[in-house]
Amino acid sequence: MNNELLRTLATVVAVSAPLVYAGIGETLTEKAGVINLSLDGSILLSAMGAFATAYLTGSLFWGFVVAALIGAAVAALIAFASISLRQDQVAVGFVLTLLCADLSSFLGNPFVHKPGPAIPNMPIPILKDLPIVGPILFSQDLVVYGSFLLILLSWLWTFKTQPGLRLQGIGERPEAAFARGTNVNRLRFFYTVLGGALVGIAGAAYSLDIKLGWSHNHTAGNGWIALAIVIFGGWHPLRVAFGAYLFGGLKALGSVMQRVAPGVPTQIFQAAPFALMIVALLLVSGNVLDRLLAYLPRRTRQRVTSLVRSSPPAALGKPFVEE
Amino acid sequence: MKLPRQLADIGLTLGSVLLAILVTTLILIAVGAPPGEAYRNLLAGALESPVKLADVMTAWVPLSLASAGLLITFAAGLWNIGIEGQIVMGAVAATWAVRLFDLPSLLYIPVVLLAGMAGGLAWAVLAGVLKTHGNVHEIFGGLGLNFIAAAFTNYLIFGPWRPASRATMSGTAPFPSTVWLPNLGGLRVSPLALLAALIGMIAVYVALRGTSWGLKLKAVGKNSRASQLIGIDTTRQMLTSFAICGALAGLGGAIQTIGVYHRLIPQISGGYGYLAILVVLLAGMRTVWVPPIAFFFAAVGVGSPRLELRMQLDSSLGGVLQGTIVLFVLLAYGLRVRLAERKSER
Repeated sequence: MNNELLRTLATVVAVSAPLVYAGIGETLTEKAGVINLSLDGSILLSAMGAFATAYLTGSLFWGFVVAALIGAAVAALIAFASISLRQDQVAVGFVLTLLCADLSSFLGNPFVHKPGPAIPNMPIPILKDLPIVGPILFSQDLVVYGSFLLILLSWLWTFKTQPGLRLQGIGERPEAAFARGTNVNRLRFFYTVLGGALVGIAGAAYSLDIKLGWSHNHTAGNGWIALAIVIFGGWHPLRVAFGAYLFGGLKALGSVMQRVAPGVPTQIFQAAPFALMIVALLLVSGNVLDRLLAYLPRRTRQRVTSLVRSSPPAALGKPFVEE
Repeated sequence: MKLPRQLADIGLTLGSVLLAILVTTLILIAVGAPPGEAYRNLLAGALESPVKLADVMTAWVPLSLASAGLLITFAAGLWNIGIEGQIVMGAVAATWAVRLFDLPSLLYIPVVLLAGMAGGLAWAVLAGVLKTHGNVHEIFGGLGLNFIAAAFTNYLIFGPWRPASRATMSGTAPFPSTVWLPNLGGLRVSPLALLAALIGMIAVYVALRGTSWGLKLKAVGKNSRASQLIGIDTTRQMLTSFAICGALAGLGGAIQTIGVYHRLIPQISGGYGYLAILVVLLAGMRTVWVPPIAFFFAAVGVGSPRLELRMQLDSSLGGVLQGTIVLFVLLAYGLRVRLAERKSER
């Protein structure tokens, strides 16, 4: 493998990190049965908050803490409205999307285009010298390593532990979970806020690491991509992470193409992520997939279907009323 | 019995609005800006002169048209977030018609307006088909199409439709004056545009209240599976509602081009579609409340740039105020319903 390819792959892994944080955060929230639609706004607001904090205090650590708190606070509002008040989650989430975006523009105005601190690179000794994986995975920074850890932990938590089973229960069959003595609504509140904190960290990962600094609508669009990746990933942490990397990879491919074929209008590359988002959703949730799969022999078809088909938690978006 | 309930509703709404203003005031204090001066600028920027008032009415037109369309899609239980792109594609289609034809005004203007409606309609039906036939939720289909429409507009402005001199962010070359909507005594507002918005509102009101089509649509919105069982073609109802909403939004986009800017500019909608969703949510889907709320939102939108000119504050404060109001009203209504339920449980 040549060096340029390795460098590109390392970039893909790095630029996908915020999407991993946001995607897995939202996956945990939605697995519990709650939709936090506000991602595009809460990522903006937390990116702004992280940058402003780090700029004013000089501390990257506090930048991340503030971002996580902002994400958690927005999520707590959604949890309160949808769990405690049984309001339409989509409505409240959408209002918060716009509100947080405007708030980030208003409060972030003094910080636009200011040079600020950045997360330093931190190659891991020994591991960084491994062939291929060394330069791709282990010559990154703490934020990116954290995203690896998050993928692993969220998968283990959801599928291999007792509380993880409970998490699946409250999103799939809340009545049954309640009958077994789970406090469905309290747990939903917890996962909504936890997911929101991760979404906030995604914001900090942009402004303090992957897309340094702050400007109006600095991260706009990425929140919607993250929400789509959760669907594309079938609410499974590993598949969601795969979706984030696939997306990051295609984006990198786009910028390579832009260099190779300068004649292609740049607007194509602006629109491509969103066209891709629609196509990806069409593939995992539409009849298109069924038609394609019909060509496969039956045994393989079943296996492929279970691998790519994505169906939401059964109680997603539905308030739970204790009887 | 009904009157006290309505009074309670009004009280609740006013209370939430006051709370929202309080929160916005705290935000202003937090950034060290004098709140009184900010609100004065906001108000004066929108209402101090006939010119400003005309600007507010000019903003009211696309906002009302989009809101009217959204009343239809919300009635069908659809989240037509793609409305932003439908306004944009209405403007693009209108511009295309302007470039394609050269007619006397009396024919030119209707043709261009119809083209705008067709553009918005097509973009909306695309989001609709993605939902009904592709199983892609309209929020994601619509949102993706919004970004694509924006990129497409930029491509046209910097590519095939760039002015002969050079391509800039200020848009295409100005349209011939034969296609401009006539306006009122030098003001920006056009009586024809106001009329179009009014007709749109009334038509939607009548369609939803007084026709069996509207009744069916609401049935689909309340329970789509049950409506299918009693013989309503739900797919068709949904696609029709997308089409109507898109046509109204597209009309708004066409009016932005031939009535306001007299050219196609990159941010031709400027968020009116998203703002219209807030208007309808705040109105609680009730048609009669939409025009006044749209007026209020239009006024905040027109007034807030002055914060930037006079006080070096970002004009997004207007959006903060609008968003906070809608948020608190939603929360207040949720709280009321919950409290009423608690009372009846006891």
